[in-house]
Amino acid sequence: MNEQKTVPGDNALVRVDGVEKVFRRGTEEVHVLADLHLEVRRGEFLALMGPSGSGKSTLLNLIGGLDRPTKGVVSVGGERIDELSDRRLAAWRAQHVGFVFQLYNLLPVLSAERNVELPLLLTHLSKAQRRKHVEAALKMVGLAHRTRHYPRTLSGGEQQRVGIARAIVTDPTLLLCDEPTGDLDRKSGDEILSLLQALNHEQGKTIIMVTHDPHASARAMRTVYLDKGQLFTEKPE
Amino acid sequence: MKFLSLVVGNLKRKKLRTLLTLLSIFVAFLLYGLLCAVKEAFTAGIAVAGADRLIVRHKVSLIMTLPVTYQARMESLPGVASAVSFTWFNGIYQNEPKNFFGSFPISHPEAFLAMFPEFLLPEDHKQAWLKTRNGAIVGRALVDRFKWKIGDRIPLVSPIWPNASDGAWDFEIVGIFEGAKKATDTSGFYFRYDYFDEGRKYGKGLVGWYSVQVKDPERAEEVAKAIDEEFANSPHETKAEPEGAFMQGFAQQIGDIGKILIGILSAVFFTILLVAGNTMAQSVRERTEELGALKAMGFSNELVLALVLAESCLIAAVGGLIGLGLAWLIAARGSPVPAMLPVFYLPSRAVLIGVALIFALGSVAGVLPALQAMRLRIADALRRQA
Repeated sequence: MNEQKTVPGDNALVRVDGVEKVFRRGTEEVHVLADLHLEVRRGEFLALMGPSGSGKSTLLNLIGGLDRPTKGVVSVGGERIDELSDRRLAAWRAQHVGFVFQLYNLLPVLSAERNVELPLLLTHLSKAQRRKHVEAALKMVGLAHRTRHYPRTLSGGEQQRVGIARAIVTDPTLLLCDEPTGDLDRKSGDEILSLLQALNHEQGKTIIMVTHDPHASARAMRTVYLDKGQLFTEKPE
Repeated sequence: MKFLSLVVGNLKRKKLRTLLTLLSIFVAFLLYGLLCAVKEAFTAGIAVAGADRLIVRHKVSLIMTLPVTYQARMESLPGVASAVSFTWFNGIYQNEPKNFFGSFPISHPEAFLAMFPEFLLPEDHKQAWLKTRNGAIVGRALVDRFKWKIGDRIPLVSPIWPNASDGAWDFEIVGIFEGAKKATDTSGFYFRYDYFDEGRKYGKGLVGWYSVQVKDPERAEEVAKAIDEEFANSPHETKAEPEGAFMQGFAQQIGDIGKILIGILSAVFFTILLVAGNTMAQSVRERTEELGALKAMGFSNELVLALVLAESCLIAAVGGLIGLGLAWLIAARGSPVPAMLPVFYLPSRAVLIGVALIFALGSVAGVLPALQAMRLRIADALRRQA
């Protein structure tokens, strides 16, 4: 089991209680998560590991309000997100969650700054205010000089930095990263992990990161393992 | 407006595909505009037909003549205000068959001008016409076509009505009239019947048809019936009908122009609908992951629906408005075949319907892909790339 780093206080930001997730494939039911319990404290950097198909991304999707559990409770900041309507859930995501994807999911037709601006379009900020936030976010990820570049002209590491800038530009409560270094070489991956660590340490961002890579999970405060829909604090045999 | 860069950006994704779709829509609306102008050319007479005017022609056919004496008999009937005769002269300018236009001897110039207030002739031109036996008044479109001016002498040859010398008829332009409405036909050439009747080789005392002004438009049908009864069982029986009905019947000799055009345009728009719909469907399919990412960021289902519809409407608006605009410009330059279609313009009503069609096309083409994007489950969309 990896070293369990702790965060002062007992202020759980994310609570997952008795969650089950069943997918249907035709007449067949696939139980992905079963009676799962998890707490993530405010300011924590949690790594979620497990083999392919273990349900890591499914759990991340439930916590991020991208999907709903078949059974159980998911609450973030004391709010039960499994009960929100689609529209309220979308508004909740816009306000509280930043997503970092493995393949960045930048819009190729928009420049770096326009990509970062996207979540701000859902706010009431003026154009000038949006620009200010975008500049700050791109500066934070070290890309202040690449604002006008389009994704195709950026390296993988730079694209992921734009992805992170986009995730943090609204100053969300929670940062959810799905294999953020999965498509990067070791050096770029390290830079991204350092950036996430800095966001956690310096900005106090709560981060949940799904990863296959033990090297990446070592950067987190705590690692939990998912296997066959069950959660373990130590890597199962 | 803040989402405009996103909408425009998505259209730039596959430039060639967007350009080809734009061109298809452009051609469809150019065709729509030009066909509307053609339809207007065929039906303009109906639109401007006087509600208080009847056309009285030979019962058998328009090409058969009526006696000039009918005029006085009709004017003596109750309900008739005045009558003016017309004859199809078929004048050809400079002996060149393509230089053909509508030319008519008019029995009573003053009554004619009073009966057709849509022909705006200056008073001095009118007086000149009354004084000049071989004087002719010419519409603005015809004057512009041949670059004529007041005082020009115009030789016309008529294959139907030769003069005594079998040569050209000599006319002098003494007046130029404008149209009171856009749809008013100003391609006509009108001259005096007394000059014509005296000079023609044969057929004296005969006219082509009459325009009759009734005192009360509400009683037009009744007066028409009275006229036909007046000449029943004579060698020249008549058929009297309101001018609008006459024009409509005349236009329908070619066919129901409206139905023909609707048929053509329906086929064109259906094809374009498939082209635009396919473009949008492909575009949405190609960016499933991006749409998933947008929804993950907090873009609601309704907003995603609106963005895809906005894209579809934008592409339709750019292509459609350019096509419609070009059609308007072409029509504004005048008829490409003035002898056949003297009135040629794109009416405001057709422009408004065109704009509505553009947005209907954009909405209908985009609705299925937009619903598909709206219903997209985020987890499924993001899983596609994993």
